[in-house]
Amino acid sequence: MNTALLRQKAQLLRRLIMLSIAEAGSGHPGGSLSLAEIMSYLYFFQAQLHASDVNWPERDRIILSKGHAAPVLYAALAAKGYISEEETLTLRKLGSRLQGHPDMRKLPGVEMSTGSLGQGLSVANGLALGLRLQGKPNKVYVVLGDGELQEGQVWEAAMTAAHYRLANLTAVVDYNGLQIDGHTAAVKRVEPLAEKWQSFGWKTVTVDGHSFADLYRGFHTERNGYPLVVIARTVKGKGVDYMEGVADWHGKAPTLEQARQFVLALEAI
Amino acid sequence: MSIKPEATRDAYGRALLTLGETRPDVVVLDADLSKSTKTAAFAARYPERFFNIGIAEADLMGTACGLALAELKPFASTFAIFATGRAYDQVRNSITYPRLPVVIAATHAGLTVGPDGGSHQSIEDIALMRVLPGMQVWVPADGEEAYQMIIAAASVMSGPVYVRLGRQPVPRVVPEGYVFTPGKACILSEGAPVAVIACGVMVAAALEAARMLKTEGIYCQVINMSSIKPLDTELLRAVAATSELLVTAEEHLVAGGLGSACAEALAVEKTRPPLVMMGVEDCFGQSGEAHELLEAYELTAEHIAAKVRVHWNNIVRD
Repeated sequence: MNTALLRQKAQLLRRLIMLSIAEAGSGHPGGSLSLAEIMSYLYFFQAQLHASDVNWPERDRIILSKGHAAPVLYAALAAKGYISEEETLTLRKLGSRLQGHPDMRKLPGVEMSTGSLGQGLSVANGLALGLRLQGKPNKVYVVLGDGELQEGQVWEAAMTAAHYRLANLTAVVDYNGLQIDGHTAAVKRVEPLAEKWQSFGWKTVTVDGHSFADLYRGFHTERNGYPLVVIARTVKGKGVDYMEGVADWHGKAPTLEQARQFVLALEAI
Repeated sequence: MSIKPEATRDAYGRALLTLGETRPDVVVLDADLSKSTKTAAFAARYPERFFNIGIAEADLMGTACGLALAELKPFASTFAIFATGRAYDQVRNSITYPRLPVVIAATHAGLTVGPDGGSHQSIEDIALMRVLPGMQVWVPADGEEAYQMIIAAASVMSGPVYVRLGRQPVPRVVPEGYVFTPGKACILSEGAPVAVIACGVMVAAALEAARMLKTEGIYCQVINMSSIKPLDTELLRAVAATSELLVTAEEHLVAGGLGSACAEALAVEKTRPPLVMMGVEDCFGQSGEAHELLEAYELTAEHIAAKVRVHWNNIVRD
């Protein structure tokens, strides 16, 4: 694992997230930024993907269940070279392939259209069941938000994955502790997370979602034939000092000037 | 081909067994109702291709999506009330928005669910499904048509299909050699100037009504409008152009169902006959046997005949 490369990619994702959301004038920076290391790790290390063929049949599948973090997904697709960096600036614009929430029919590389929270894990289960049924070795990764865990369908799906022993499925929870209305603990408590997943029949591991070494450890946890959930402790807005840990930046765009300042600061490092 | 009465859900079960044999990509999902929805026979014969998702309809629909993404052909089944109401957002955002080729084969639709009562009688499912962009909505009139629809649905790869199936046995109404085609209606009994356009269990009632009215000298043609979406607007316009009275009949709310679909299609016509819509008015169902409910909600052959008689006499009087 080339940690320096992954770190560099994570910063590239942050740059594209800030620029694209600022250009759009709306979007969700907080929960996109908290995923930068996780998406860098998935797209540049963990998942088997083709360098140039986004629809490579043998690829692993990554589903972004928390679809409002679309900017980090588009940034990852751009970082992989599947789309151009320039195209990320069309985010949320009329006629763009980069819809406010990911649309698989518009943009290749989007494995599933998401946005209405709570639905991605069920879809990931179906994909994992289908791949297994056909004897395919591909893995399925699904990224959930911690606030999203308040949706009941997640727990229906959690039962299904354990019941069918989906060992080819890994869920990642972006545990940043914030949602639109404030602290997740104050809005509606989702803790204890690991115990919940465990009691639903999953293998669980808690990691630092901004540490590549810790992500590696988490994703390589012995699962003994069960689905694995990587509970990744993250900081919402990570990497942009004034956004870190501030719920207001869940769904508010930075100004173009703020985005430019951020890019300049990155370049200065 | 079955001649004796058969519930459309039973025909669904038969068709799945055929598909199990001919289509290795077909997978079936249920939400703890496999004995009722008739997916149980498929489950017994092809256990590795059957997934019971338990009492979790949202998860049922989402899992079906994933199986479609894996390039399998999923049939997701539960009662119509749950498939279309409980899981509406999943059907909208996970199935229909990405145009995934999931077949939603929903049973126990309409009033004729019977004793389970209003909470379980989906009388709004056609309305809910047909407004979804790209969703096809098919309502078989008998077992033979249901069988053909399921086989046809397995070959639809462009997007989702909603097939509305019933609990009660219905008599055979489609003609010998009938072939179901999406977007095509079938004229079952010719004879202007009254046209009764029906779907599902109401087709048999409409045919019976036409027989009764014929003895009184009122001639009706009966149209089985089983493909509600896409709607056979060509045939509908042709029928409207040659008829003096149109009546629609469905075991569904008047609002948003077959009658609404026909009215929407015909509204643009400069001259058209009056369109009388028969269905459930703005109320929920209740417990009772299927035949009692059709009687109570005025949806029997006698009621269709009476409705035609009243409106026809008004037209003649004018």
